[in-house]
Amino acid sequence: MALISCENLTLGYDGKPILQGLNFTVNAGDYLCIVGENGSGKSTLMRTLLHLQPPMGGKITMGDGLTQDELGYLPQQTAWQQDFPASVREIVQSGCQGHCGLRPWYNKKEKALVAANLAKMGLTELQNRCYRELSGGQQQRVLLARALCATQKVLLLDEPVSGLDPLVTAEMYQLIADLNRSDGVAVIMISHDMGAALSYASHILHIGESIFFGTLDEYRQSEQGRRFAEADIADIAENGSEVTAR
Amino acid sequence: MTAVDQSVIATLLNAWQYPFVRYALAVGILIALCSSLLGVTLVLKRFSFIGDGLSHVAFGAIAIASVLNLSNDMLFVLPATVCCAILLLVGGERAKIKGDAAIAMISVGSLAIGYLLMNMFSTSANISGDVCSTLFGSTAILTLSKSEVWLCTVLSMLVVVIFVLFYHKIFAVTFDENFARAVGTRAGAYNLLIAVVIAVIIVLAMNLVGSLLISALVIFPAISAMRVFKTFRAVTICSAAFSVVCAVSGILIAILADTPVGSTIVAVDMAGFALFALLGRLLAR
Ligand SMILES: Nc1ncnc2c1ncn2[C@@H]1O[C@H](COP(=O)(O)OP(=O)(O)O)[C@@H](O)[C@H]1O
Ligand SMILES: [Mg+2]
Repeated sequence: MALISCENLTLGYDGKPILQGLNFTVNAGDYLCIVGENGSGKSTLMRTLLHLQPPMGGKITMGDGLTQDELGYLPQQTAWQQDFPASVREIVQSGCQGHCGLRPWYNKKEKALVAANLAKMGLTELQNRCYRELSGGQQQRVLLARALCATQKVLLLDEPVSGLDPLVTAEMYQLIADLNRSDGVAVIMISHDMGAALSYASHILHIGESIFFGTLDEYRQSEQGRRFAEADIADIAENGSEVTAR
Repeated sequence: MTAVDQSVIATLLNAWQYPFVRYALAVGILIALCSSLLGVTLVLKRFSFIGDGLSHVAFGAIAIASVLNLSNDMLFVLPATVCCAILLLVGGERAKIKGDAAIAMISVGSLAIGYLLMNMFSTSANISGDVCSTLFGSTAILTLSKSEVWLCTVLSMLVVVIFVLFYHKIFAVTFDENFARAVGTRAGAYNLLIAVVIAVIIVLAMNLVGSLLISALVIFPAISAMRVFKTFRAVTICSAAFSVVCAVSGILIAILADTPVGSTIVAVDMAGFALFALLGRLLAR
């Protein structure tokens, strides 16, 4: 059984649909890239999968014993987090909140989990530093460690590399790929970066005027795949970093 | 020891003999402590305007209580303010009207109705004095009846206990509400809890500094602490200490210089903020 399956999903705000007839499944160990133009509804899809907003139609089912609070989430960066006084440790540990229930403190198991994820993301030395003083790449690793504290099953990443320089971007992709391969974490990632999607993903969900879902090879053969890949490469050639800056 | 020092000490010792001064100090410390705790959340969640709106609601409620001639007006003001807090928060999430506009309407409306009621029905000979002390706090040291002292003590203890019990959850919901929701934290419930606690704090703080100056008591400690400290825990502890120190100094200065308590405390808070801002600059070098 699939971890997440969506049937005939309709997404939208205030009764106005922005995306209709969405069908796809995510299995354990998959690496799904969601691609599509700006404003096509990628973030909306992710918010719907996380139950942050209700779907306008269709059904999301979770299987394989996956429960709603076992989704790890790395949101698109928001500006005001930038002046929040919080240490790396405080943020990573807040990822365990889902396991705490009403208990007011973190127990031994959760503290060990926090330490393990700090180490995995190479943050052990930085754990008492202030989040807002870290570099962009370090901040994303903090949020990734937090997401890992919430789950070992599925990670939902909303443009995890936006605003990072190419070197750090490559590191971040490597880190995510390692989590996917070695730890078997299923990854659902929104990306503007076609190159990364084509080199890391196992499945592609292309949304926009026409919707495509399938494996990477199927996507390479498809009409959308060819057109989008070409357009994207031309785009990068034309305006350099603009695509990643969004 | 100079003559000035001696007279200062003599004045304080003299004041200390009166039970109401001791009560005032104790209650002042407790109120200052709990009003500073949620400051960071308020500032960072952009909730500060709700706090401001609610303080005006509390003024309106006091006016109604005084017209009704209630012996202990907090028993009426507290539930009324809590209800408004819930309405503002829940309504603000649902309604499509801009939240700020709704809050501005409610707060200005309460001010106007409050003053109107006091003028029309009050039996007191000195209405403008009453209004002034409701807005800016009592002119002399705060004078609370014994039952009010007890109510303040119990409520502030309750606020501190709730804050400690829900500290990690408040952090999670303040730092990133969407993430907290996504991993199954009941963010809506905690937002409600935060709103209720803010309402309680506002009613408490109104006793100390009057309804117009409450925001100062809530916000100055938090923004001062944020200038110097960089983790949530350090900021929280520092703003609690900052708030208590400022309140105690403010009350003592008010006794010595015979100034209104509320505005003296806020003046001390401002001085403290200036100091911390400077310190933050120096440390950043
Ligand atoms: N809170 C909202 N209310 C109404 N419309 C929204 C809201 N958020 C996004 N939209 C609209 O939904 C569409 C998809 O947005 P989004 O999912 O953020 O796109 P993407 O992440 O693919 O760039 C956009 O046209 C946007 O204007
Ligand atoms: Mg988006």
